[in-house]
Amino acid sequence: MQVKVKLFAYFRDNRFREEIKDLPVNTQVGEVVDGLGIDREEVGVLMINSRHCTFETELREADILAIFPVVGGG
Amino acid sequence: MKDRIFRVNLNTLTTSVEDVPAAWAGHGGRGLTSTIVAAEVDPTCNPLGPKNKLVFAPGLLSGTVAANSGRLSVGAKSPLTGTIKEANAGGTSAQLLARCGCKALIIEGQPQGDTWYSISINQDGASISEESELIGKGNFAVVDTLSKRFDGKRGIIAIGPAGEMKMSSANISVMDPDGGIRSNGRGGLGAVMGSKHVKFISIDPGDGKVEIANPDAFKDANRRFAKALVDHPVSQALGQYGTNVLVNIINESGGLPTRNFTQGQFDGHEKISGETMHDTIKERGGKVKHNCHAGCVIQCSQVYNDAKGNKLTSGFEYESIWAMGADCCVDNLDHIAEADQIMDDIGIDSIETSVAFGVAMEAGVLEFGDGAGVCRILKEEIGKGTALGRIIGNGAGSVGKTYGLTRVPVVKNQAIPAYDPRAIKGIGITYATSTQGADHTMGYTIATNILNVGGSCDPLSKEGQVELSRNLQIATAAIDSTGMCLFIAFAALDNAECLPALIDLINARFGINLTADDVTNLGKHILKTERGFNEKAGFTNLDDRLPEFFYTEPVPPHNVVFDFTGEEIDTFWNF
Repeated sequence: MQVKVKLFAYFRDNRFREEIKDLPVNTQVGEVVDGLGIDREEVGVLMINSRHCTFETELREADILAIFPVVGGG
Repeated sequence: MKDRIFRVNLNTLTTSVEDVPAAWAGHGGRGLTSTIVAAEVDPTCNPLGPKNKLVFAPGLLSGTVAANSGRLSVGAKSPLTGTIKEANAGGTSAQLLARCGCKALIIEGQPQGDTWYSISINQDGASISEESELIGKGNFAVVDTLSKRFDGKRGIIAIGPAGEMKMSSANISVMDPDGGIRSNGRGGLGAVMGSKHVKFISIDPGDGKVEIANPDAFKDANRRFAKALVDHPVSQALGQYGTNVLVNIINESGGLPTRNFTQGQFDGHEKISGETMHDTIKERGGKVKHNCHAGCVIQCSQVYNDAKGNKLTSGFEYESIWAMGADCCVDNLDHIAEADQIMDDIGIDSIETSVAFGVAMEAGVLEFGDGAGVCRILKEEIGKGTALGRIIGNGAGSVGKTYGLTRVPVVKNQAIPAYDPRAIKGIGITYATSTQGADHTMGYTIATNILNVGGSCDPLSKEGQVELSRNLQIATAAIDSTGMCLFIAFAALDNAECLPALIDLINARFGINLTADDVTNLGKHILKTERGFNEKAGFTNLDDRLPEFFYTEPVPPHNVVFDFTGEEIDTFWNF
């Protein structure tokens, strides 16, 4: 299945801004994070299709996964 | 220096120095400005008349070496909202006022005639001088001229032309350590200062120092406190990307108000994002990190240069960039930066004014996306006080009323900032119930609704939002009393060492024994004091509501409305 992965802030450094990934069906979000060499401890927010999700959430065809480091502001 | 109250009476052009009344002794910052306004200002008064008072107060820890303690609170009855108001800002003045032994500066009355004045503060008190050279001048000219006129490093607090013209969104500007501008932004406090014909306040503490009751305990607590701040990953991200790191994440969540609050995502988000801004600042030789006051260990501010490498603006914040960017559909960061610089110069709130531009664009005054047009109107209309300039300069509500629109994003006539309350419901409770009109900083539920700081709470569900907003508003009122920057809250929400260290700092400064419960009770007391003022000014629970369109117009991409009943909102005050 195809999933669009979007990275933000310093997660983009030496990686990418967004990419289409071919992934096995039922891949979990955490596996994508691990596959990118991103430390789970550094992940602040995960969203699929603009809704919050967890490392255990399973991805589906055409999902858009957004991975953010711990950030704040306001 | 012993703490005292400095008072300036502009009816009589006299000043006095008073002992601190016992009832005010435990207060600082917002707690003190609100306590004084509630005690001394008639809630039914005209905010621009002689009965209103403008109160300046450094926080309880300002003027000490405590990290991040340099916030200055300013309070009055607001000409924008008609409620009590406190706005706080960085810059050097809070620390310098505290070192003068000034626990609060109260400016009252109103001079007869057309003469303008300045106020000078030192260890002995306040003095009043006539001012003519700087009248009509922008904030940057004021700062430039005064740094030549005065010897030594003084603090400067000033208003620009918008304040002189008493526009309802005029702010009060505070000089930062590099001659840049920080703003007590919201609620039109600059108009109150203008109504009293005070162009600027200068502060010179000489060799004045803040007394610390228990220096060793203070030093130890500050070490623990600063470590908790520095160690938190949000503090680190704020230093690298500034607050504008939020554009992409709020856009992704579907809560980025776009095109005058008709959409929750902006196509041009990447062009105005913190990531793009960071890269642009580096390319052009600006400063990624910058502190708005000495002792800040987070350094969320920055210096943004133009394409030629000259400084265009500093302190370039998410809310300003969102408002002029997504809400007005301007996707050119240079136009937004230029607008930010002009707003700093004329002394006008960059949230209120930019949201007002979004409403003006819907009204057809100019096209959505016309960043150059915004800059022109700022300079030629608002800065010069033309009829159109005054309509926009009086805020989003003023523009909506003038052009007969119903999609006007204000609560208690103050513009709603950078988070859509339909898609991020906790912040909607804050906007509705805040004692000061729509203001995200009063109870920043975004931390928990979106950023997973202090736990998590689904932004699209109603569950837990009232309690979340209540707890944050209580905590914020207390933090705003310390002189601390609100960004310490990220560490305080996640790190068990942080809040006890902060309380230890206050105890060591004054030789007292506050507990965490005392601090919570302080926050509750401040909120109730502010609400009590508003009730006497004529506000009721029915004013704690969002504009009608938020209940009836679904916002994409989630296609949701704000669906709290009035009764549900009112449970906020059950404490």
